[in-house]
Amino acid sequence: MSHFIKKALTDIRLNRFLNLVTIFTISLSILVASVFLLFFENAGRVIEAWNQGGRVMIYLKDNFTMDMMPELKDRINGLGNIREIIFISKDEALDRLKKEILFNSDFLRTLQENPLPDAFEIKMKSYSSLEEVEAFAQKIKEIEIVEDVEYGQGWLGKFLKIFTLFKITGYAMCSLFFLVALFITSNTVRLAFYSRKIEVEVMRLVGATETFIKAPFYVEGILQGFFGGVLGLVILLITYLMISSGLTQNLSSYIYFDIRFLSINTIILIIFISTFLGWFGCYLSLKQILK
Amino acid sequence: MNQEIKKNSIIRLFNVSKRYNGKFALKDINLDIEQGEFILISGPSGAGKSTLLKVLYLAERVSEGHILIDGMNLARISSSRLPLLRRRFGMVFQDFKLIPNRTVYENVAIVLEAAGEKPDYIRKKVMQVLRTTDMDKKAKALPQTLSGGEQQRVAVARALVGEPSIILADEPTGSLDEKSARAVIDSIMEYHKKGATVLIATHNLHLLENAVRGINIEITEGMIKRTATML
Ligand SMILES: Nc1ncnc2c1ncn2[C@@H]1O[C@H](COP(=O)(O)OP(=O)(O)OP(=O)(O)O)[C@@H](O)[C@H]1O
Ligand SMILES: [Mg+2]
Repeated sequence: MSHFIKKALTDIRLNRFLNLVTIFTISLSILVASVFLLFFENAGRVIEAWNQGGRVMIYLKDNFTMDMMPELKDRINGLGNIREIIFISKDEALDRLKKEILFNSDFLRTLQENPLPDAFEIKMKSYSSLEEVEAFAQKIKEIEIVEDVEYGQGWLGKFLKIFTLFKITGYAMCSLFFLVALFITSNTVRLAFYSRKIEVEVMRLVGATETFIKAPFYVEGILQGFFGGVLGLVILLITYLMISSGLTQNLSSYIYFDIRFLSINTIILIIFISTFLGWFGCYLSLKQILK
Repeated sequence: MNQEIKKNSIIRLFNVSKRYNGKFALKDINLDIEQGEFILISGPSGAGKSTLLKVLYLAERVSEGHILIDGMNLARISSSRLPLLRRRFGMVFQDFKLIPNRTVYENVAIVLEAAGEKPDYIRKKVMQVLRTTDMDKKAKALPQTLSGGEQQRVAVARALVGEPSIILADEPTGSLDEKSARAVIDSIMEYHKKGATVLIATHNLHLLENAVRGINIEITEGMIKRTATML
């Protein structure tokens, strides 16, 4: 193994320019992809925060009576990962409202009867995605006594649609750049292979196995992928550090917006993918050359 | 000619023909070479000497006939066993086939690396063989900086380093003056004395005639014309 690594390193050194271009191209693709990932990770967290960690309000119909309570609670509890159910009676709700909008108490006092419905406020446990909450809300709606369910679907939903569109664009861009990176790596391996045609021929003639012949190319491809990935992330990190220190300071006075760098899992994933890319590019071109 | 039955035959050819685009490069060759024999294959340029060597290590497949190497039928060798067959041969190619950008040392070591030998052994063995071909002082040189004779000696060192049982040398003295040719032949002879079978192809018979003892197989137009013992 160390023999192959040594060989691959020698070859990278001999074809310095070609290899640097390859590593740089891979790192650019990784950079583009990880910029998107950085954006999605942060946007996802912000959306989650804005969604109040999965708070769902259930409004009940007028014909609700207190003796329906235990059964209803059980049913709701059975529908999802619920951390807390708080019953808010229409009277309580009115009291709250009165406290909240003191200045308009005249209007409230003129009310003949309480227009507010009885309600449950539900906090969901281990809330992970809006889709989950959406599914939960859908099931709640099917209960007869439930009038309406609210979980901030209105504007958040619209925002999410834009976000999804953005995500699709991001995926398309990433795929495109991955293809470019793949093409470049496989091309580099091809060039490396042709530049070592004699060596390959000689190795075959002196009794080297195909595995022995191919291994240095794979090591080279994998190293290129790995270093390309690391370089891309380093560029991203430097850019992140430069921008975020300025940005957070400027923005923090307006909104709570803390941009975090990619999570360790994502970083590992990115490096894994770019290493795989190097391997796969090598696999493709060797498969084509050594039919 | 070759009527007596040999006991330790290591290379046998049965009605072997090789055609390139319908033209015979080898035609109906029958040959029985015994373990430890020294064979000179001579003949004019284009006679088929290189082709004869190439079909032995499967650089080319025969068009007709069969070849047995140490009892193995070459027609039956799978691509995964091919490397094992080739490790039995030490080859000196007519065009050397040294790897550019790799040092003399690396060019020789590659045989042992391919065979999966241990680094310690490789280092010792390569330097030892380079000494016998008098190339140890140029171990770090690149092939393109060597003279023709020096390149040839590296090629011979590479053929010997794996301690193969058969040496196939195609014009190993091709580009050499008499003195260097002598040196190259001497190192091959030295190795031959340890029991290896040697086949040397040359169109320059007179250079070797007096230097070696063995069997001279003369071919013309792809056919064996004459077999003679050299003393
Ligand atoms: N790859 C090939 N394709 C087509 N014809 C070939 C090929 N290799 C050899 N030949 C032909 O086969 C014949 C024998 O060639 P070979 O190289 O065996 O001759 P040789 O005896 O080694 O000659 P020399 O002394 O010049 O090396 C020649 O006519 C040559 O043109
Ligand atoms: Mg020839």
